[in-house]
Amino acid sequence: MKNNKTLMRGSHIIAETAVRAGCRFYAGYPITPQNELTEYMASVMDKTEHGTFIQAESELAAVNMVIGAAMTGTRAMTSSSSPGVSLKQEGISFLAAQELPAVIVNTMRGGPGLGNIAPSQSDYFQATRGGGHGDYRTIVLAPATSQEMVDLTQKAFSYADLYRTPVMLLADGMLGQMMEPVELSEPIKLSDLPAKNWVLDGARNRPSRIIKSLLLDPVIEEELNWKLVRKYQVISEKIPAAETYLVEDARLVLIAYGTAARIAKGAIKKAREQGLKIGLCRPLTLWPFPKQILSALEQAGKEFLVFEMSTGQMLEDVQLALCKRDRIHFYGRPGGIVSTPDEIFKEAVALYYRQQLDRG
Amino acid sequence: MAKIVFKRPKYLKQAVFHYCPGCGHSIIHRLVAEVIEELDIGERVIGVPPAGCAVLAYNYLDVDMGEAAHGRAAAVATGIKRALPDRVVFTYQGDGDIAAIGTAETIHAANRGENVTVIFVNNGVYGMTGGQMAPTTLLGQDSTTTPGGRKSSRDGAPLDLSQMLTITQGSTYIERTAVNSVKNIQQTKKAIKKAFQVQLENLGFSMVEILSPCPTNWKLQPTEACKWVEEEMTKIFPIKILKDEIDRRRIDRSSSAKTQG
Repeated sequence: MKNNKTLMRGSHIIAETAVRAGCRFYAGYPITPQNELTEYMASVMDKTEHGTFIQAESELAAVNMVIGAAMTGTRAMTSSSSPGVSLKQEGISFLAAQELPAVIVNTMRGGPGLGNIAPSQSDYFQATRGGGHGDYRTIVLAPATSQEMVDLTQKAFSYADLYRTPVMLLADGMLGQMMEPVELSEPIKLSDLPAKNWVLDGARNRPSRIIKSLLLDPVIEEELNWKLVRKYQVISEKIPAAETYLVEDARLVLIAYGTAARIAKGAIKKAREQGLKIGLCRPLTLWPFPKQILSALEQAGKEFLVFEMSTGQMLEDVQLALCKRDRIHFYGRPGGIVSTPDEIFKEAVALYYRQQLDRG
Repeated sequence: MAKIVFKRPKYLKQAVFHYCPGCGHSIIHRLVAEVIEELDIGERVIGVPPAGCAVLAYNYLDVDMGEAAHGRAAAVATGIKRALPDRVVFTYQGDGDIAAIGTAETIHAANRGENVTVIFVNNGVYGMTGGQMAPTTLLGQDSTTTPGGRKSSRDGAPLDLSQMLTITQGSTYIERTAVNSVKNIQQTKKAIKKAFQVQLENLGFSMVEILSPCPTNWKLQPTEACKWVEEEMTKIFPIKILKDEIDRRRIDRSSSAKTQG
């Protein structure tokens, strides 16, 4: 079999996959550690038919340019890192309210404030809880490997179009920078995409259209909110996803996503070598959160250790998903500190014996 | 049979304007609709109204309209126009929107020479929110946030955004007009038409700033408001063509076409 793998940097994989997935509009603004994505788009969009790249004057302008492109039905994307994503929240709220598809990449760095440029997972709340104003949700996808950056970038554009909603790819500085062999997706044909019957392209042979979110009548605003809720219910049924790793016989299950999950896997391999029954559950969708997968593990009697590169944000979703609070434990390092597998190993092993899981 | 001398423009919906008595928006809406009809662009025009009194422009203009957040019209219009370069894209913005919260988006859209048309309605106050100070409020002018009049020491002086935009390389045509008299209304229509024509010829960024009465928030009778535009506003915001590089752009265009050819 022919090996089609190439070695690429995470940020470049997302950018290249986006174009192959039909993205024809990108607007961005410089911020570390995700400049490679913007720079890649700058070079590739010029060579892509009907492709547009704009270096915007701000993150705010970038996301609003994406709104404009999305209004025309063009697959559109913007990307940034934590402080810049804060600025995009206004636009994400508008995308949700105006039911416009778009993809937003957040390559998270240490915060709050200006923070630093080290990998972090401190924007989980902002990503999954809406971030901007109003009663809405954003689909949040969390890749952990290069190959997943391909798969989830493709999915991000599909979900955005299918559900007419903003989708966030939540990566971090580590995933954006690291290089791994990857098999890229085949470029799609734009003409194969389903037609969009809601776009603004000039009212030729049809009544004029309005895309808006100002609904002065609370009765109509309420109905928009319920309409969004119905959509979110469908999404919550259809797309939750998580990888489970060595959970069958596990007495302790680590719960982690993205880079933290890769570190956790290293710790689990070491624990297994020593005969400790430890496994991993790794959410790929952070919203909707894969509650049922976790719930099934709880019913199987497992103990849980949530591990995040934050002070405990996904932890709250785990607590909401599970009934037995005393079986949920937490370990995290915030501020851009990346724990080593040994560190998690020690933490997991200590918990394993403290809870007498070796005797279970 | 009697000759029809006045009718509803094709692209103005059969709807009653909600605007206050004496407000300039209804006149400007009509002028935009007339120009769209005369240029025969109704089936390929897309408008962008951001927050402000004029956000409801889509209730009246019968063309595709995409609402923008407060201040972001120039960015949204950029996205639409770059995605669909053969469509005609315009924004319809108030003074608070364009000259305060949307300053950055506007300056950079002009500087990039985005081939869009901006209709900038300057009434010197934030109308929809109840008459607070706008960047264009005159010194000494009362507003709900400048009780006793705008003072430069506390509030800064009125900002002439149109003049600022003239120094951007990408702006081609910028004119300031008013809708306080029949003569000025006719000139405003000419300016709007010219601005759209600049876009149709792909010549770059075009904008018409229109001084527009707001009797409600100025606490004046409509006729007094029209007079106030003439006597006070035009002193600070003179009615004139601020920039016209249409001919130069045409020459640049044809010489670069020759070079490439």
